[in-house]
Amino acid sequence: MSVETILVFGEGDESGPSGLTLELLAAARDLATNVEVFVAGDGAAMATELGSHGASTVYSTGPIDGKLMGVHAAATLKVHLESQAADAIFFGQTPDGRDTAARLAVQLDQPVVTNNVGASVEDGALVVEEPVFGGTQNVFTAFRNDGPALALFRPKSFEAEATGGAAAEVVTVDTVDPGVAGAATVTGRHVEERSGPQLDDAEVVVSGGRGLGQPEAYEMVDELAGLLGAASGASRAIVDAGWVPYAKQVGQTGKVVKPNVYLACGISGATQHLVGMKGSKNIIAINKDPEAPIFGVADLGIVGDVHKVIPALIEALKSR
Amino acid sequence: MKVVVCVKQIPDPALPGELDPTTNYLKRDDKLILDESDSYGVEMALQLVESAGGGEVSLVSMAANNEVSGLRTALAMGAEDAVLVSDDALAGSDALGTARVLAAAISRMSPDLVLAGVESSDGYTGTVPEMIAGVLDMPSITFAKQIEVDGNTVKVQRQTEAGYDDVECQTPALVSVTAGVVEPRYPSFKGIMAAKKKPVEELDLAALGVDGSTVGQGGARQETVRVTDAEERQAGEVIEDEGDAHEKIVEFLGELKIV
Repeated sequence: MSVETILVFGEGDESGPSGLTLELLAAARDLATNVEVFVAGDGAAMATELGSHGASTVYSTGPIDGKLMGVHAAATLKVHLESQAADAIFFGQTPDGRDTAARLAVQLDQPVVTNNVGASVEDGALVVEEPVFGGTQNVFTAFRNDGPALALFRPKSFEAEATGGAAAEVVTVDTVDPGVAGAATVTGRHVEERSGPQLDDAEVVVSGGRGLGQPEAYEMVDELAGLLGAASGASRAIVDAGWVPYAKQVGQTGKVVKPNVYLACGISGATQHLVGMKGSKNIIAINKDPEAPIFGVADLGIVGDVHKVIPALIEALKSR
Repeated sequence: MKVVVCVKQIPDPALPGELDPTTNYLKRDDKLILDESDSYGVEMALQLVESAGGGEVSLVSMAANNEVSGLRTALAMGAEDAVLVSDDALAGSDALGTARVLAAAISRMSPDLVLAGVESSDGYTGTVPEMIAGVLDMPSITFAKQIEVDGNTVKVQRQTEAGYDDVECQTPALVSVTAGVVEPRYPSFKGIMAAKKKPVEELDLAALGVDGSTVGQGGARQETVRVTDAEERQAGEVIEDEGDAHEKIVEFLGELKIV
């Protein structure tokens, strides 16, 4: 087996392909001679940008309205692969990416490897890298299957970079009906209003955790974030406790962030959280417990009470 | 209404994890416990059956070493019974192998609804529930933050990157539940005592009719070629706040030209 064609499962919206899709293109380009994209949606609208990031062809189903995407995308992909083979399929680790990869794995009877942050080709086989134990060790897994290697990658694992290629050729693909398994219907969509910098691409992120003590204290985090032009985030503990919405969660099961500065307020630094923010360029942590694991990754660690340090910091910033 | 909940028994996440140096599998020598991620599925199932005015909650789990302590916890919460698939041939199973085994067990139970956690706390592939639905050729709704059953229709609020979607489908269906959406009940003393007598059916692959070559390490068709230590991020300066720590932070931010 060798890796000549990699198919990227492309996601995005009316504004274009997602950042993660472009990251996957960068990774695929490094490994394969031919990189293609499959979009369960309006791929034609993304062709220019996908092409400039190295995709030769975009296979597009057109909009899949009113249905949960994964099972439909997988049924269509399976038939598509019968005529357009790929040596590997790269998925972003998103809800639809996971659903599609999982359904496709069953249909093709091929393994999926998830949570990857790196990829290489060794002796003709795709090898993927997955961090374990909170990123303290990396496991390298080689695909030994006879068929496409299905791999899911975490966001921010690769650097997206335009290569200046021409628009990708758009090929329309007929959707395949998955039958009774495709019965789930989307009856409404709710977008939680978010203003200000977004977690994904903010220069500065201020996050709060259980050490804040009570939900009202999160207002300090928001105020501090506002003063710094930062996005506000949270640990899983306070998301699970219902203090803030899931969209703010930073960590293994939430967002992966790599800002210039990450300021952790009252966050102990559970593995689940560290995985999502360890890649930040600079980390400041405020926590009462001098033994908190967060201090192991902080460039500046403050052993102190968030209820004293943050208000003082807010005052200092206001008076500047 | 019959609800089957997939539960995983995992090494205590509070203890440091370790890979077996010969097999590179996660070490599971110590007692296994109920994965917290699955306790939300169990609680959700119990609540759905209660609000439906009747029914039963059954558990299904797979473990290589006949482990039942995590199942007993879920039984103590209120589940009626459990099926445990245990077989030496299961060691090294990947997500697809695991899904095949659980699906085979579930298909014998004829549930109206199958619940699972979105992802386990040890392997966190987040693909097993959707694969189970795939093997069973059943509709599925993943990443549920709220579930309602209305006759033969299951209505779900499904978490998305932007917010949430309302999604519904007919039963039988599989739904995966995100962590934190319900408050898992603590088993009562009575529940714990009752759980000791609740039936746990143990099955091996032969009893399930699953071909051993499709599961375990061989079925996984992937190989751990090496394990490396990650580059450690160096800890920087740690200071005790004596009322002036905020100045230190402002100075640090100033050096980075953030302020």
